[in-house]
Amino acid sequence: MINIINLNKKFGDLHVLKDINQTIQEGEVVVVIGPSGSGKSTFLRCLNLLEEPTSGEIILEGVSITDKNNDVNRQREKMGMVFQQFNLFPHKTVLENITLAPIQVKGLTKEEADRKAMSLLKRIGLEEKANTYPNQLSGGQKQRIAIIRALAMEPDVMLFDEPTSALDPEMVGEVLEVMKELARDGMTMVVVTHEMGFAKEVGSRVIFMDEGRIMEEGSPKDLFENPRNPRTQDFLRKILV
Amino acid sequence: MGIFDLEFIAQYYKYFLRGTGVTLSVSFFGVVFGTMVGVVLSLMKLSNNKIAKGLSTAYIEVVRGTPLLVQLFIVYYGFPMFLPFNMSRIALGTVAVLLNSAAYVAEIIRAGILSIDRGQMEAARSLGMTHGMAMRFIIIPQAFKNILPALGNEFIVLIKESAIISVIGIHDIMYNADTLRGITYRPFIPLFYAAIIYFIITFTLSKLLGIFERRLRAGDQYN
Repeated sequence: MINIINLNKKFGDLHVLKDINQTIQEGEVVVVIGPSGSGKSTFLRCLNLLEEPTSGEIILEGVSITDKNNDVNRQREKMGMVFQQFNLFPHKTVLENITLAPIQVKGLTKEEADRKAMSLLKRIGLEEKANTYPNQLSGGQKQRIAIIRALAMEPDVMLFDEPTSALDPEMVGEVLEVMKELARDGMTMVVVTHEMGFAKEVGSRVIFMDEGRIMEEGSPKDLFENPRNPRTQDFLRKILV
Repeated sequence: MGIFDLEFIAQYYKYFLRGTGVTLSVSFFGVVFGTMVGVVLSLMKLSNNKIAKGLSTAYIEVVRGTPLLVQLFIVYYGFPMFLPFNMSRIALGTVAVLLNSAAYVAEIIRAGILSIDRGQMEAARSLGMTHGMAMRFIIIPQAFKNILPALGNEFIVLIKESAIISVIGIHDIMYNADTLRGITYRPFIPLFYAAIIYFIITFTLSKLLGIFERRLRAGDQYN
């Protein structure tokens, strides 16, 4: 579904991603872990060109998105993204947050978009929040709404950039629950996270990154229980105290 | 007699009234059209197009780095040389004021747009919106709230600065006060009234702006 070929990213002299090659299959839940500064967020942001790769190619469903001749906006519609800082639109109500892109980008009527948004809100149990503004919500509620805002575009892939890192501990669970449900429904997901429990429970594959390279990858069971790379061992020792 | 000399004002108030009208209209049109030009300049400066960016930056720097008096004379004597039609004095004065104001407004708008967290643009783009859509629906509406008070201030500054157009013979408050000085041979009183009028206008406006700003914040259901 997504092919990443020789992806490189440099910020000036800083070589953040070094020759990344990956294939992500439909329905896979790929969890990317690694120490901070390892390039995992940059890797994710390159997938929908929020960061422009310095070299290399990214092919989504057979169409190269790094090719300048292709309309990147069209491709981005197929990839939902969830941010660490939620990035809800503060001047729009919850409902407008969810319906804006479907109406403006996909050309849905307001009624269609509203209906779909309400059913998504119902799924996460927040339909009574439809007409409130984001500042009246808790962090966990904001992030769940950010997730369904992305889902409202009916993407083929969902990208998560440390979705629970900015949350108070008691709110992490509710967000992970929505993500797990999504995974069980067969959504293709790429998740940058420190939540090892999530990786073990629904991850189909775990990638360990360090210094801009993929150091090791494997099933959650293999990678967590029998890490081969000394760096992976070191990292896991530090986080799984 | 005395400084308020009511007999003087009873006799000459029409000069002040007309002058006030001229000052207000030059400032008003200056700020309205200046804002329009300023929006274009700020978008040019924020764009990735090197030529647009360069032109806008150069314009803003030159305007902000030269006296309004010089700009006024350049417009007043220079424009009629190149324009195929005639422009009235007051129109030329307004053009000079608006071209000056545009540079300052451009910087106000640019700062307002840059004050919006970049995550907002990223979220909009990640949903498939084009850069233009993101600006229109997400960035500009949020920036507008930050920009408005500064824009009101610019209008107030302009009312005071516009006194300079009297040197090219536009009959604003300042010019008329000076005329009265010549008519009456009394230098102090007319200038004193001119100062009072400028102060009343700017003070009222800044109070109104304050109220408006508070309303804006109170009606704000977010932040």
